[in-house]
Amino acid sequence: MTQSAGNTTLDYGRERARMRIASKYIPLLATASVVVILYVYGCAAYGPRFASLRVLVDLFKDNAFLGVAAIGATFVILSGGIDLSVGAVVAFTSILIAAFCEHHGVNCDYLRRSPDAAVAFYRYRHLATHHLHPLLAIGVSLVLGSLFGALQGCIIHFYRQPPFLVTLAGMFFARGMGFVIHPQSLGIKQPFYIAFLNDIKIPLVAGVDIPFTVMCLAVVFLVALFIAHYTRFGRAVYAIGDDEQSATLMGLPAGRTKIMVYTLAGFTSALAGVVYTFYMQSGDPASCIGFELDAIAAVVIGGTLLSGGVGFVGGTAMGVLILGLIQNLIIFNGKLNSWWTRIAVGLLVLVFIAIQNVVTAASRRTTRAAAG
Amino acid sequence: MKLDYAQSRQPFALPGWLAKLIWPVAALALLLAFNLFFTKQFFKLEIRDGHFYGCLIDILNRGSQVMLLSLGMTLVLATGGVDLSVGAVMAIAGAVAAEMINVPAMPFPLVIAAALAISVLAGVWNGLLVGVFRIQPIVATLVLMVAGRGVAQLITGGQYTTFTDSRLVFLGNGHFLGLPFPVTIVAVMFAITAILTRKTALGLFVESVGDNETASHYAGISSRTVKFMAYVFAGFCAGLAGIVAAANIKCADSNHIGLFLELDAILAVVVGGTALAGGRFYLFGSIVGALLIQTLTTTMYMRDVSPEVAPVPKAIVIILVCLIQSPAFHQQVRKLFTRKATA
Repeated sequence: MTQSAGNTTLDYGRERARMRIASKYIPLLATASVVVILYVYGCAAYGPRFASLRVLVDLFKDNAFLGVAAIGATFVILSGGIDLSVGAVVAFTSILIAAFCEHHGVNCDYLRRSPDAAVAFYRYRHLATHHLHPLLAIGVSLVLGSLFGALQGCIIHFYRQPPFLVTLAGMFFARGMGFVIHPQSLGIKQPFYIAFLNDIKIPLVAGVDIPFTVMCLAVVFLVALFIAHYTRFGRAVYAIGDDEQSATLMGLPAGRTKIMVYTLAGFTSALAGVVYTFYMQSGDPASCIGFELDAIAAVVIGGTLLSGGVGFVGGTAMGVLILGLIQNLIIFNGKLNSWWTRIAVGLLVLVFIAIQNVVTAASRRTTRAAAG
Repeated sequence: MKLDYAQSRQPFALPGWLAKLIWPVAALALLLAFNLFFTKQFFKLEIRDGHFYGCLIDILNRGSQVMLLSLGMTLVLATGGVDLSVGAVMAIAGAVAAEMINVPAMPFPLVIAAALAISVLAGVWNGLLVGVFRIQPIVATLVLMVAGRGVAQLITGGQYTTFTDSRLVFLGNGHFLGLPFPVTIVAVMFAITAILTRKTALGLFVESVGDNETASHYAGISSRTVKFMAYVFAGFCAGLAGIVAAANIKCADSNHIGLFLELDAILAVVVGGTALAGGRFYLFGSIVGALLIQTLTTTMYMRDVSPEVAPVPKAIVIILVCLIQSPAFHQQVRKLFTRKATA
């Protein structure tokens, strides 16, 4: 009697585990099928023009910096937080690198207005006009981005401020600082940056290469996969996102993990800024307004729960592809205006939220049934 | 010694609402004092054609949109939610008003009613998603935030729809009692909101749902309805703000009307003492918060800081005000003082 009762609970448990694994992957499967549907639809509607390898490579190239940023945002959202400073940090990094490579890094408008500053600048021009080596510029901006993220993480953790608010202030700060460095867009003509780094490519077939930016995205993606699924830090991120209190009681370093998550996001945002400069060959403090929303939308479409704890880096990559495909389809259509992109993305986000809600409700019901 | 310290502190304990209000008011006073001494002509008031002009009036006028938004946002935040879509709803309302006023022989009240109705509809949409379908507020309102501007452009056909109708323009540029008309709208809306929430039980419902949803459910409060109504009200306020914004520039600019104002509104509410986590709310605090943010912006302009750089000091002040309000910070300061006392 007791044995059979034990067996049934065991069976329930096993069944529940199977259900949970299945339900965990449902949003991911939905995302994958949307990617396939969009791509197949594009191929069917626009023929070989859409199906060509070049268009496919361009799809990755056009969205490489969004992908890098969205992967960082995935970790933040997995941990149960949110990062609104992504777009501003991308813009800041891009103009910082451009200023380092091209200019003296001083706001010319300011000099024109203030004679004292102009005199001082003239006196110390040998310091200010010293061009930084591009690799050093990239290094400096990546470090700055990480530090910025770490600072946000510290305020969030030590002062228990809501991530939403802190990263919002971070967004204002980074956006404004970009304009302090240089008030307009600035082209990068530095030979090493443009000719050397940007010309690294892997030839795929005749006439189509994998550009450097896509390689960056691939590396970030693989590293992120490894971090999320094969490291202690990755597991801690999932645990904290699911239930911070339980994670802390289990002895996981909640504070350290949270600060590291925001540091990671700062790093990837800065890296996205670097990729942006390769892609656009310029830096612009006014670029990427609302970019963080694209990143968050990509994460949500990729099947990550915004409440944290459930989600996949791979899903985010597919989410980015979906955003890119929608854009491509609208461009290929030619008749639809660009604002349809926004509406389509909004609707897709809604659909995926609905799927997630149904799935979590279903899994909760099975859990309750098993418990009862 | 310690006991003495605690006892001596007791008589100075302020009532909760005043303690919450003291920081934003102090920050605003500090900023105004700074301007009094260091910014020329900040306090200069002129009377032209029976209307007041000057920096302070400008702050009231330009801050009116954020103040309107923050009224709705206060209630939404108090229920433990957030509404990211108000900026996009402003754009939609502005677009509807501009398109309708250009239709010949369209009665003016109908124009306003339509613009407000569509923003209430947007609020209903958010309220359904959050209150009834229990979707996380950030995500649920993100949908409309992303899609809303697209909808607004759809309404205007991607054009900047301009208008010259004097009645609509009056809503954004007119004067009443010598003050800009938007100030009157804010005052009326504030009075209505305050009376509805403080003289009836509605405010209590909102606070109880935000504080503890389960407990208020057992107390017989329908959290579904309360949340739903909060989002509908936020949509209504956003609609008003959108009409004012469009009337102010005599144009429906779907890309820029209300851009980032949802963030300003949230900041205003939080600076005003309402917690993002929900619970107690402070309507007057939100108004003060909105004024603080606008005063800061205007100060930047008066001091020749370019508008693009202005967010930097804004961010710093916001973080400082939030830190000052945080219990962790209070503890650190207290520790600092007790250490000094023992040493």
